[in-house]
Amino acid sequence: MSALYQLTGVQQVYAGRAVLDIDQLTISPGEIFALVGPSGAGKSTFLRLLNFLETPSAGAIRFDQRPVPSPAPLTLIRRVTMVFQRPVLLTRSVQDNVAYGLRLRNGHAPLAGKVREALEQVGLAGLARHPAHQLSGGELQRTALARALVLDPEVLLLDEPTANLDPYNVGLIEAIVRAQNRKRGTTVVLVTHNVFQARRIARRVGLLLNGRLVEVAPAEQFFESPRDPRTVAFVRGEMIY
Amino acid sequence: MFASLPPIVLLSLSVSSAALAIAAVSGVPLGARLVLQPLPGQRWIVLLIYTGMGLPPVVVGLFVYLLLSRSGPLGWLDWLFTPAAMIAAQTVIAWPLVVGLTMTAVEGVDPALRLQLRALGANPTQVMWTLLSEAWPGVLAAIIAAFGSIISEVGAVMLVGGNIEGRTRVLTTAIVLETRKGNFELSLALGGVLLGLAFLSNFLLLRLGRGIVR
Repeated sequence: MSALYQLTGVQQVYAGRAVLDIDQLTISPGEIFALVGPSGAGKSTFLRLLNFLETPSAGAIRFDQRPVPSPAPLTLIRRVTMVFQRPVLLTRSVQDNVAYGLRLRNGHAPLAGKVREALEQVGLAGLARHPAHQLSGGELQRTALARALVLDPEVLLLDEPTANLDPYNVGLIEAIVRAQNRKRGTTVVLVTHNVFQARRIARRVGLLLNGRLVEVAPAEQFFESPRDPRTVAFVRGEMIY
Repeated sequence: MFASLPPIVLLSLSVSSAALAIAAVSGVPLGARLVLQPLPGQRWIVLLIYTGMGLPPVVVGLFVYLLLSRSGPLGWLDWLFTPAAMIAAQTVIAWPLVVGLTMTAVEGVDPALRLQLRALGANPTQVMWTLLSEAWPGVLAAIIAAFGSIISEVGAVMLVGGNIEGRTRVLTTAIVLETRKGNFELSLALGGVLLGLAFLSNFLLLRLGRGIVR
């Protein structure tokens, strides 16, 4: 299967310091790819590049067989969306938050059906008219997930989406993400420092350390028989950084 | 004097409303844009705007007077001692207040929201308007503060308008005139009208603002 993303020699430099330096990486359409690594490894920068919100300082990103122009056109950015570790919702109702991205694309076309469907998907249909700023942490993150899923993106980027949540919400969000991938074929890229989560949902996993990819392998191989000693240490929770 | 009150009130309102409208339409988007896309020399620009927020109206009046006087660069407009000159002067007073306080309001919105809106597919203009709607209470306060500043100022309209009865006399200049003449009761009554007008205008602005947001 041809690659959806192809990164070649991609570097991102902030204030003279390379925070990301990836020689080669491909992500296939429809896969769930997890990038694990400690805080500050460059994982969020990686996602911003995949969302085309930043242009790499060096190297090239190809998406869907085509080079990504700089700056990326809005039509390309809108094929991808991201859920952040700390979602910031608008001071509006839950349903208005979920409808936001759709309204950007469709103006005032009727959207109630899609919004209701997305809220049902994340189990928040009963809170549709609730003010978003009164939600709990788990509800907040599920609303953020709904506002991304309602757009039916080709790629769903997840930046530590369950880092601050209780086990119930973690399980719920993981199930929703798996279902979206299975039913809609959505490509999912997850970055996390939680190796257990990566193991639960990803088919392929990579380790990022100091902005560099140490190892990328199918999930089973990555966790059961990693090649690099640093991967072994990270998976076992023995890495000091 | 009381018979001439309605046109004075009407002129006060129309001059200040026109100045406020110009300042708001140009200043609110500019304030947001300056936060979202800082310009080269932004620190100096912000310093100038903040200085402008405290400009004495009489200095603004003098500046606009010199611009519009017959020998000034804009003398050909023939605006001096007309409501147009008063609107120009009040716009200069209101504009930095609107821009500066809008900047403060937009800066108060969680910076993480900008990236999240872009990730949802918002273009730069959509990001700007969404942030303005999130900062709307602060933006509304900016507009109300600017209106309060210009409806109550006397120095600028006196200098560029001339306090001509039936043409450029507004509530504040009428109060000055009547006080000088010793008509304190009338001055106090005019002051009361001005206060009532300010209260009513701010009330309507607040109602309108809430209507826009909801």
